[in-house]
Amino acid sequence: MSKITAKEKRELAQNALNKQSPLGEDIAIENYSGEAEEHPYEEDPSRLPSADKQHMLSVGVIVDDLSQRSGTFIQKDQSAVHYSSSQEGVEVMSISQALEAYNWLKDYWWKAVRVDTDKFTAHAEIGESEGYFIRSLPGVKTTLPVQACLYLGHKNLAQRVHNIIIAEEDSELHIITGCATHPMTAGLHIGVSEFYVKRGAKISFTMIHNWAPGIEVRPRSVAIIEENGVFLNNYVSMKPVRSMQMYPTARCVGADAVVRFNSILVAPPGSTMDVGARVILEGERSRAEIISRAITTGGDITARGDIQGNAPDVKGHLECRGLILADKGTIHAIPELVGRLAGIDLSHEAAVGKIAEEEVEYLMARGISRDEATAVIVRGFLKVEIEGLPPELDAELKRAIEESEKELF
Amino acid sequence: MLKVENLTVEVEGKEILHELSLSVGVGETHALFGPNGSGKTTLLMAIMGFPRYKVTRGKIIFKGQDITNMSLDERARLGIGMSFQRPPVVRGVRTRDVVIASAREAMDEHAIDDLAERLNVVDLMGREVNYGFSGGEIKRSELMQLLAQAPNLVLLDEPESGVDLVNMALIGQMINELLQKDRRRWHRTRSGLIITHTGHILEHVHATNGYVIIDGRLISEGESREILECIKERGFEECATCQR
Repeated sequence: MSKITAKEKRELAQNALNKQSPLGEDIAIENYSGEAEEHPYEEDPSRLPSADKQHMLSVGVIVDDLSQRSGTFIQKDQSAVHYSSSQEGVEVMSISQALEAYNWLKDYWWKAVRVDTDKFTAHAEIGESEGYFIRSLPGVKTTLPVQACLYLGHKNLAQRVHNIIIAEEDSELHIITGCATHPMTAGLHIGVSEFYVKRGAKISFTMIHNWAPGIEVRPRSVAIIEENGVFLNNYVSMKPVRSMQMYPTARCVGADAVVRFNSILVAPPGSTMDVGARVILEGERSRAEIISRAITTGGDITARGDIQGNAPDVKGHLECRGLILADKGTIHAIPELVGRLAGIDLSHEAAVGKIAEEEVEYLMARGISRDEATAVIVRGFLKVEIEGLPPELDAELKRAIEESEKELF
Repeated sequence: MLKVENLTVEVEGKEILHELSLSVGVGETHALFGPNGSGKTTLLMAIMGFPRYKVTRGKIIFKGQDITNMSLDERARLGIGMSFQRPPVVRGVRTRDVVIASAREAMDEHAIDDLAERLNVVDLMGREVNYGFSGGEIKRSELMQLLAQAPNLVLLDEPESGVDLVNMALIGQMINELLQKDRRRWHRTRSGLIITHTGHILEHVHATNGYVIIDGRLISEGESREILECIKERGFEECATCQR
């Protein structure tokens, strides 16, 4: 893909405009409006409308106090309304501006994600997308996260986003990204993200989704991780969403690369989620871990996981646990492992069920009510120890999960 | 403290205990003996109030109150606590979380840490409860939870099983603390009912009365040491006849 011209990419996209995704319910993109009113750029993000700010805060995006962030990007509908960086060596821009500023960036455009993956990537290309560009320069390490918010406010809009994230050699970048919407809006979010983790670099990408019952979501993400690179992907979605389908993929192309995917999914009634994580281990001794926790309170979840071992001495583990808390709702766990060589080590464990009565009664015997015992068990179920995050970000993520847990009971 | 009257208990439609009666006074500790499958655990589970153990006849009186139809958690809050022989693993829930949730009176972090240190369970506090615990670790964790819960009636299901000799003394010491054995009997507010297979725990924890249960019936009752001696010498069946 890397050697084809912009014109050829457009042609590929043109031909894929009606290409259905093999996974997830098909969506008639033409039923959504392609354009929204432009929102003005805001130099000071604290001056954004307070209702919008409140929704942003719920997904970890703080605009009133930027001191805890090394950079900020905010997109509302199709407009980048703010972007800034407060850390030397960390660049945060709108993708349209970055493409103008850096001629070389076009080489990264549709390099990790194929432009003709399906109709969603095709639309992102043909309809022209805004999005963010985040890059850490070689050797620059920052533990303060960059925050990015993709906000959907215009009713019935098909929001198109195309992001490129690059961690140059030996740099370290932490990103917290929140996607939220004005409540009760119907809409479609198409989000393409291409991650490039160069030699010895590290990216942690923590994404919190807070959509609404009328929103359809189709992210398309691929990460390429070079030698000794680390890519950590954390995903939390505990609020209703009409339908969500994504299968982010990480390709470990260099030796000793490490990838970890953690996801926490809660599907309330009316929500359909088809969420997976795929890691392709192409570098010697590269390693992958995929951990997911899925809870249905009445919605349907397909939890996929796929690790492919294509190089010597690679290691991978996949863990997928599902909890059914209501009479309705399904969890379909589909863990897959593909080994193509001797000397690789891939394993998985999957379990789906309701809360064990024995555990509830054990806690009740300590004087805890049935409801509280259930809550303790569910909180424990959702507790995933996430390695590699700076402590402040880890604490923030835990708080966000705890906040949403309260609404489960 | 506890009075069990003509208790008949069914598990999944099968009668396990038949018209069993016993009573434990305030400050007393009694021991339950009997072969495997005789119904000792069923008795404790029924007193604790597990829904699978259905009382079909008879009554359980605790602190003068008929608790036969009271729910499991209500009984625990009223002051009954139990140390399980094989408690379930609760993934993602740390021992510390259970200790905090068990505490009848809110305990601050310091009080919990002090207690954990004294009981040699500091390393268990941050671990998922019962996950990968050894036999001895399970017992210590159970007793830690009970000390936080501070029940008036302590039901102990084979507190010595899987515990090596070195740890036996520590377990004994914890149970004595739980049962306020340092105080004179009339100053105690706690009572105990202990299931023991081997009787080893009674070398560390003094029990006044002992009962032998065979096939769901209480067949003999007496001074716990005498009963234990008799069982050791002649086995359960013989002991049943000699104690009558």
